[in-house]
Amino acid sequence: MSDQEQGAGLNRRIPEAGVAALLFAIGGIVIMDSLRVGIEWADDGPKAGYFPFFIGLLLSFSSGWTLLQTLLGWSRETKLFSQWSELRDVSAMLVPTTVFIVAVPLLGLYFPGALLIGYFMKRHGDFGWATTVLTALGVPLTFFLIFERWFLVPLAKGPIEAWLGF
Amino acid sequence: MDELNSLMQGFAVAMTLPNLGFMLLGLLLGILIGVLPGLGGANGVAILLPLTFSMNPTSAIIMLSCIYWGALFGGAITSILFNIPGEPWSVATTFDGFPLAQQGRAAEALTAAFTSSFVGAFFAVLAITFLAPLLARFALQFGPPEFFAVQMLTFCSFIGMSKDPPMKTLAAMMLGFALAAVGMDTVTGQLRMTFGFTEMLKGFDFLIAVIGLFGIGEILLTMEEGLAFKGKSAKINFRIVWQTWKELLQYWRTFIRSVLIGCWMGITPGGATPASFMGYGMARRAAKDKESFGRGNIEGVVAPETAAHAAGTSALLPMLTLGIPGSPTAAVLLGGLLIWGLQPGPLLFVEQKDFVWGLIASMYLGNLVGLFVVLTTVPWWAAILRIPFPVIAPVIIFICAIGAYTVHSSIFDVIMMLVFGVLGYLFKKLRYPMAPLVLALVLGDMAESSFRQSMLLSQGAVNIFYSNWLVGGLMALSIFLLLLPAWGGMKNMLRRREARAYLG
Repeated sequence: MSDQEQGAGLNRRIPEAGVAALLFAIGGIVIMDSLRVGIEWADDGPKAGYFPFFIGLLLSFSSGWTLLQTLLGWSRETKLFSQWSELRDVSAMLVPTTVFIVAVPLLGLYFPGALLIGYFMKRHGDFGWATTVLTALGVPLTFFLIFERWFLVPLAKGPIEAWLGF
Repeated sequence: MDELNSLMQGFAVAMTLPNLGFMLLGLLLGILIGVLPGLGGANGVAILLPLTFSMNPTSAIIMLSCIYWGALFGGAITSILFNIPGEPWSVATTFDGFPLAQQGRAAEALTAAFTSSFVGAFFAVLAITFLAPLLARFALQFGPPEFFAVQMLTFCSFIGMSKDPPMKTLAAMMLGFALAAVGMDTVTGQLRMTFGFTEMLKGFDFLIAVIGLFGIGEILLTMEEGLAFKGKSAKINFRIVWQTWKELLQYWRTFIRSVLIGCWMGITPGGATPASFMGYGMARRAAKDKESFGRGNIEGVVAPETAAHAAGTSALLPMLTLGIPGSPTAAVLLGGLLIWGLQPGPLLFVEQKDFVWGLIASMYLGNLVGLFVVLTTVPWWAAILRIPFPVIAPVIIFICAIGAYTVHSSIFDVIMMLVFGVLGYLFKKLRYPMAPLVLALVLGDMAESSFRQSMLLSQGAVNIFYSNWLVGGLMALSIFLLLLPAWGGMKNMLRRREARAYLG
């Protein structure tokens, strides 16, 4: 493992600073919103921003600390977050998952689920078409039976289910 | 002997046929969840929680807690046979479990792991049986300041005892509190941090966060590690079980040590994962042949498994008596109680006797039944792991999405699950702990209201938090734990400076 090598992957400082900056910003938003709803006392007790205000302060303080440490040690950081090949593997999962999630509001849960399973089996496994199609349709169908029929919990459905009459 | 009477009544509740059925179903689902990557105790229970909304609370909690025991058992199977910890708390089990499997002693290792799990859980349930009523009776006298002090202690102990960087622990925790504050303020009815989005009105549900952080995040991590499931197979027969049991008797010291560590770590919210590492470390330190650890020593399986189960089980003690969960899974179960309309806390022991004692009795039964179920079904679970990853991964994502959707029937939640998933991946890689985030998200509203009630009582004076010995003691302990990392950091700095002065 060439873990310490530069250039073989994403340096840890970039996501480190990114996450810390994001948390810092969230802390700022919490503080601002608490100030908006009021952090002082009203006639009937503390106002709604009283408690979150401190939360925002502590969040900004702790993530600001991490951010500062990362920035101060910027040129000294040699540890990798991940190697490029590893990140590629992660995005091989993340991208189709994102497409799946984006499709859910439009098509419901079942069909995007079938497509996700089918895509994965074809793209990353060496399955024949018959196995792929059967699994991809069978898994959502099983869940359909368990949820909609057995436990009577309706899941998100789209135009295709409507067309099929559900 | 009030407890024994109540416990017998509890057995009567738990032993009814439907409840035994739910117990078995829960155990099987739990083992499955424990075996599959990306599904663990916390998010497994979170995904299945909506299915129990219409069940009666006692049956529901029996099933859900059995899922938890099952997941604890299941984690050991993958660690030993595949060298893949199915759960974070079974990482320490791989150290000696997998070498044993490589030497062809998988059956022994599995028997030892399951038996230790059972022993750990059993003693933790004993502790719950006799300590919980006492603690609940004591906690009945608590007012808002006392509750806030206990909550403060919970959160400070995360910072003080966590192995992750304290500032990151604090940041993760505060993010949880901040997310918990989103939506309508329960006291004044004012909207906070919704910015005009109707989806934000109900706030962030911690179940969504749990499914995203632990489920999607875990799958992304698994992808990165590029796991290929190549494992050993195992058949367990009665003779090996019997032999291993006889052999295990000589490790009674390890059992006692790990049970104590586990119970302590479970009640204070250290959780099962650090408990398992501590159990392993202590066993190794105490052993005569330290070198054999890591190369296939049965004791190296016994110690972490006992501690993990003792911790996982005793995490329910503070949840039931104080309404403060000791682990993320306990937090999810606590969320379940709230949804079923039960208020966790000391009053539960007075008002919902059937529920509490039914649950405790089911812990005894569930762990005993679980032991036999796993011992007899191991080859079956190992076979599930041979299903290729390109099938398992999308199916798990699909299940997570369904789980997130069913919580509120909201598609926005499914999108949030993905956001939490990416966050979980980044957090895990950057060593932000996730347990405090989840616990803060669960307890946020409770902690805020007890803080505000205390402030109302004292008209804004902070001295209410040291007005009597109990509150004062808890607060002092909290501050001590909070400052522990700072003290460690200072010591390191001084030592470095000294070393530099010495060299210079």
